[in-house]
Amino acid sequence: MIPELGQFSLILAFCLSILLGTLPLAGAATGNGLWMSLGRPLSAGLFVFLGICLFILGHAFVTDDFSVRVVAAQSNSLLPMQYKLTALWGGHEGSFLLWTFMLSGWILAVSVFSGGMPREFVARVLGVLGLLCASYILFMLATSNPFDRMAPVPPADGADLNTALQDIGFIMHPPTLYMGYVGYSVVFAFAVAALLSGRLDAAWARWSRPWANVSWAILTIGIALGSWWAYYELGWGGWWAWDPVENPPLITWLFGAALIHSLAVTEKRRVFKSWTVLLAILAFAGSLLGTFITRSGLLTSVHAFASDPSRGVFILGILGISVGGALLLYAFRAPLIKSEFGFGPLSREVFLLANNIILVVAAASVFLGTLFPMFYQALTGDLISIGPPYFNLIFAPLMIVLVMLLGIGPISRWKKTSGSYLRRQLGKLALASLALGVALPLIVLLEISLPATIAVALALWIVLTIGRDLLAKTANKPGRWQGLRSLTYGYYGMQGAHFGVAVMLVGVALTSWFSTETSVLLRPGETVALGNYEFRFDGSERVAGPNYQADRATVLVTRSGAPVADLYPELRVYLASGTPSTEMAIDAGLTRDLFVTPGEIRDNGAWTMTVYVKPFVRWIWLGAIIMSLGAALAAADRRYRKLAGRRRESAAASSPGGQGGLQPAPGVGS
Amino acid sequence: MMKPHRRNRLGIILFIATGMSVAIGLTLFALSQNINMFYSPTAVANGEVEAGTMFRIGGMVKDGSVDQRRDSLAVRFVTTDYVHDVPIEYEGILPDLFREGQGIVAEGRLDAAGVFQASRVLAKHDENYMSPEVRAAMEQAGANPENHPFRESPED
Repeated sequence: MIPELGQFSLILAFCLSILLGTLPLAGAATGNGLWMSLGRPLSAGLFVFLGICLFILGHAFVTDDFSVRVVAAQSNSLLPMQYKLTALWGGHEGSFLLWTFMLSGWILAVSVFSGGMPREFVARVLGVLGLLCASYILFMLATSNPFDRMAPVPPADGADLNTALQDIGFIMHPPTLYMGYVGYSVVFAFAVAALLSGRLDAAWARWSRPWANVSWAILTIGIALGSWWAYYELGWGGWWAWDPVENPPLITWLFGAALIHSLAVTEKRRVFKSWTVLLAILAFAGSLLGTFITRSGLLTSVHAFASDPSRGVFILGILGISVGGALLLYAFRAPLIKSEFGFGPLSREVFLLANNIILVVAAASVFLGTLFPMFYQALTGDLISIGPPYFNLIFAPLMIVLVMLLGIGPISRWKKTSGSYLRRQLGKLALASLALGVALPLIVLLEISLPATIAVALALWIVLTIGRDLLAKTANKPGRWQGLRSLTYGYYGMQGAHFGVAVMLVGVALTSWFSTETSVLLRPGETVALGNYEFRFDGSERVAGPNYQADRATVLVTRSGAPVADLYPELRVYLASGTPSTEMAIDAGLTRDLFVTPGEIRDNGAWTMTVYVKPFVRWIWLGAIIMSLGAALAAADRRYRKLAGRRRESAAASSPGGQGGLQPAPGVGS
Repeated sequence: MMKPHRRNRLGIILFIATGMSVAIGLTLFALSQNINMFYSPTAVANGEVEAGTMFRIGGMVKDGSVDQRRDSLAVRFVTTDYVHDVPIEYEGILPDLFREGQGIVAEGRLDAAGVFQASRVLAKHDENYMSPEVRAAMEQAGANPENHPFRESPED
């Protein structure tokens, strides 16, 4: 009976979303204040009913109601409680319900935090989001109902959650990733609302900026969590595999990063307007592409949900109608948008333009590499795959140029910067980072290494230019401390995120270049040496987990005889499904990870295993966290709230547009 | 003479155009260097692949074919699409779900003796899941769908 209530609630949510997708839009078109004002209560109602759906499905999982098909397919009575609950998003139907619920959460957030915007604009944003939500719910009702029952007789027990998913990474990664993904629906809705009203101005850019920042911050964490999880769970020792399903979040992320920068220019200088709108649409398209690829089963991937072509067609339909519609609207409106064009060939505008070009080219090449096999097969019938070397070959040079420009951009000035000013500000810093980049690896490694030099020099370049900019921005204040306090959250957010880039860069470069690994067959008592470390296999024992049996090996790691770590990799067999699963053992450290992946046990008690030493791998995720915090900090800048408040007072009196009175701000992110 | 802002605009457009063409050139070059073709055991047996080319092969692990060395990580097995067989040699740790009778994809090269020297062996995470590549290989070989459980009608 209870699951039917969930079904009922889902249908009610569908009705509400249809109302939300029509009345406020119609109201904004005809000037009907009552219809526009329905946007907020309808958003709240939608959130409540989708919340009820999610709660009821969660209840079915927790209470082992195997008459519900998705529970029977993904859960098991032996499963620990936290995995019973999270098994909800272990399959297509439940995860899509979560996705839709998160959209309703974002809609609610927009309806709450939009007090300072004109009501027509809010009505249009909520309307567009309502339509999107309606299409998602329709998709669930038509092709993937999470409340379907097993007819006629429910199974005695469930088939169990895929063992690779019984992990903390699975608890955190999908919800975070979805949250970030879905945030781009809001940015998209802002863009469409602005196109509908024909008013793409600085005000629109400012309203969009906090949302673009927060979505990006969450998406960054979501991707980083996925990378970290894959790193320790899948056990191939890598942190990024250019898997077809890893790539769409990255595409969205790259568009999102471009969007953050482009929005800044649009707000401050009122240029790149149509470009910014296009980026907002593309970022959203990237997020839907990700859903499409995971749920259509079109591409070979470890992530793929069981494939069903009808779902793929449906999502492609949503993608086509929403993005196609927005692009059509864009085609009609963009020629009417006038951008002023007042900047010279050396100016912050140009550096940000270069940033955008690089990020978009990077996104496009990932897109090409991801979907090329599919196009190729459609044209020739031959199956091909595109390997990681393709992506690495493209990414490395693009990112090197991007990081070089990253140091110059924040120091350059709007409209016009003289070359001699830049040389004066940056010349010595460039030399210093280059010199240290050569010297530091030489001291540590006692050899000249080009990859280490590039990584260290570029990271120092970022850090030194940040320092220089901080000094310059506080130079005219009576005291340093006062100077530092006078800088905005937006500015600190920008510099923080840029610092995160430096940290990640070090991690990526050093891990990729200096990681070592070896696969061995070890009898108890035998040792394998790798780099400066010795790994000794000390035998294994049988242990029992809550829903699995395991053989646990003991591996003692020493460095020149001194003990470093004890590692306990496991070979598990899950009782419910009989699935084998390998559990890596990792000793994490700031400068290196020691990592053992077990293979199999031979008759004589010997184990096969792969041991890894991975220098600086943690810096990759540390950098992502710093970037994300930077973006979040920038979104918390006081001016978004202050201006929102001011606008509320004058909303009745005047229309938006005259934002000329803004003081020149110190940084892009401010 | 052009007006200064026109000249600037032209400069920017040239800048974008140059950047884009460099990027596209780089992308296409990288793409052309990194395409791995996929072949079925039948295609390999018919001599469609030259020795020394990097490619992927996919098929089922033939029952009773896995020969694991006792004292090293070297392993030898046979992959099949139930029409032709190709022997594969690999040194390393096989994935969890590598079994006889399961579908796998291997990446590597053919040696002079016609043995596929794999640098990577992939099996899927899910017991019920067959890689589209393996399925396609079976279909191309015209293996009778009744003989194995992964039935799907060929489309083209």
